[in-house]
Order: sequence, then C-alpha cells, then structure tokens
Amino acid sequence: MSTPATSLDHDEDRSTARSTALDGNAVAGLLWDLFGEESTTTVGTCAHCGSSGVLAETVVYVQGPGVVIRCRGCDGVLVVVVERRGVRCVDVLGYATLGAGSSAGA
Amino acid sequence: MVGTVEETPRARTLVLDVPGWSGHRAGQHVDVRLTAEDGYRAQRAYSIASAPDDPHLALTVERLDDGEVSPYLVDELRVGDELELRGPIGGYFVWDGSSDAPVLLVAGGSGVVPFRAMLRHHVAAGDGAPVRLLHSARSLDEVIYRDELAELAEESSVDVRITLTRTWPSSWDGLRGRIDAATLAEAAWPASDNPLTFVCGPTGLVEAVAAALVGQGHDPARIKTERFGPTGS
Repeated sequence: MSTPATSLDHDEDRSTARSTALDGNAVAGLLWDLFGEESTTTVGTCAHCGSSGVLAETVVYVQGPGVVIRCRGCDGVLVVVVERRGVRCVDVLGYATLGAGSSAGA
Repeated sequence: MVGTVEETPRARTLVLDVPGWSGHRAGQHVDVRLTAEDGYRAQRAYSIASAPDDPHLALTVERLDDGEVSPYLVDELRVGDELELRGPIGGYFVWDGSSDAPVLLVAGGSGVVPFRAMLRHHVAAGDGAPVRLLHSARSLDEVIYRDELAELAEESSVDVRITLTRTWPSSWDGLRGRIDAATLAEAAWPASDNPLTFVCGPTGLVEAVAAALVGQGHDPARIKTERFGPTGS
C-alpha cells in the first residue's frame, strides 16, 4: 500500500538528481582516456530499452564518488567508472552495442 | 597566458599562447588541470572561446564562488603564468560555420562561450546561412561578450537576441524573462525549414529548451545540446 508513495518519492529524487546531471560532452576527456579516441559521437544501443544514441547525449552524473552514465531514454545505467588508487575500474554493463557500425552523429 | 579580458564582474577571458597547438573546431573544449604544491590535482573542462582562425587560444571562465578551479582562473592567474591544458576535446557539439539550413544558437549564461567561437568562425568563413543567437543572462552586467555581440548584430547577418531574467534597466528594449516555449515560438526558425539548433547552458535551461522545441515540431536529431554545471571531481 506504500508502493505509490515510494514510487513517487523515488521519482522526485530522480527528477531532482536529473536536474543537476550533465551529459556526455562533460566527460569527453574521460571517454577519450577509456577508449583511446574521441568518443562523444560514438553510437551505442541501450541494453535496457533498445534505444540508440550518441554518447554526447547520455545523462552523466559526476558528483558521486565515480562517474555514472545513464540512458536518456530509460535512465538505465550504461557505464560506471570508479577510480581507486590511480586505477580506473570501468563497467560498460548497460550497452548492448557500442561503436559497431556507428555512422550517425559525426 | 598572454592576456586577459574582463567580460563581466564574474567572468574573464584568458588569452593563451599554446606551443604546438594542433588547432580546433568551433564548439570544442579543453581540460584545464591544476596541481597544488602538495600534489593535489583538480581538472575542469572549459569551452574554447576563440575561433579556429584566431591567432591565440582563448577560454572564458565564469567564477563559481565555491569552485576549486574557477576562482583561481578568474582572480589569481596572471599574464606570464603557465597552465596545463589537454585538448581539443569533444566532437559532437561542434559547428564548422557553414550550413544549408538556418541555425539557432540558444545560450544560458556562460553557455554563450562556444557560440562565440562558432559565430566568429561563421563570419570569417563568409557563410550565408541565417544564424540567430538567443542568449539569456541574469542582468545586463552579466551578458558575456555584450559589446562584441552588439557589433556582430550590427555588422553581419547574425541576429542577436538577448533576454534578461532578473533585472533590466528601465530603458531595456530587449527580451525579459527566462527562455520558454513562448520565447522559442517567436525566436526559433520554423520547424519546416529544418533548422540546425545548438543549446548550451545549465541543465535546467537545456532540458526546457530542447523539450519546448521538440514540442513545437522540431526534429530532435537536429538539436544538439551541451549541459554544464559544477563538477564534484
């Protein structure tokens, strides 16, 4: 019976967080480090909802202990990057495809 | 750093002589890295304010009062000091100055910085595409590049519209209030002209502008966005 309220609170939290989120342009340097080339125009397909888009248009949170990249369509987590003692731990868990056959957005 | 320009009480342009600079595209940015004496490092991304055709690289930085990097760049850095840069970075939010369709640039606050690079490059390239800049600032004092934009509007085909959101002089005959659906219905090119649109500013402004334009029938694939804000890293 508390489900609707909980869900609403969650949405409000997410909406507040989203109002401070940036986009993939803000982590262009980090993406370059990770993939070895300019990657904001790389197209990926979200494994959660199937939508595709360039990394520049993803929702990016940089204010936590790491960087979290989410899908603009469904808010699913696409990439998590955490740095610890100079070593970067990269989890590209939310992309079904990334870069393969990308031709748009250049 | 070879020169500075005070743009507003909170924003300063840093003019840099960068040995070996490979050139850039209008709209790209650089990462600026500061290293403290104890080895602590902080890095931030700043849009490039100069056109590819300009002799020096310029960055315009707005001071965030609780920032780690911007107060140093705006208030402390002196001509002759060196800065550690990496770039140019980014390949999405760029415009090479020419277009076969009308172009709309929508800026909130210091979101106008990459647009200065684009507009200078557009004028230098002699491209005839109609270009309109819709620029929102809190007050007249906080309009970055105010004089240059006025000159641009006077001497080129670029249409500049400034809206002041908090205070305005009694003589102000420009727009007032935040950029909203009504502002865009008036200032945006008709969706049927298939315009190219760039939006740069704080997240809230970018989201509101992009949503309003899509609501007015604009093709989301022709709207490029860049959000900025304080970073925690």
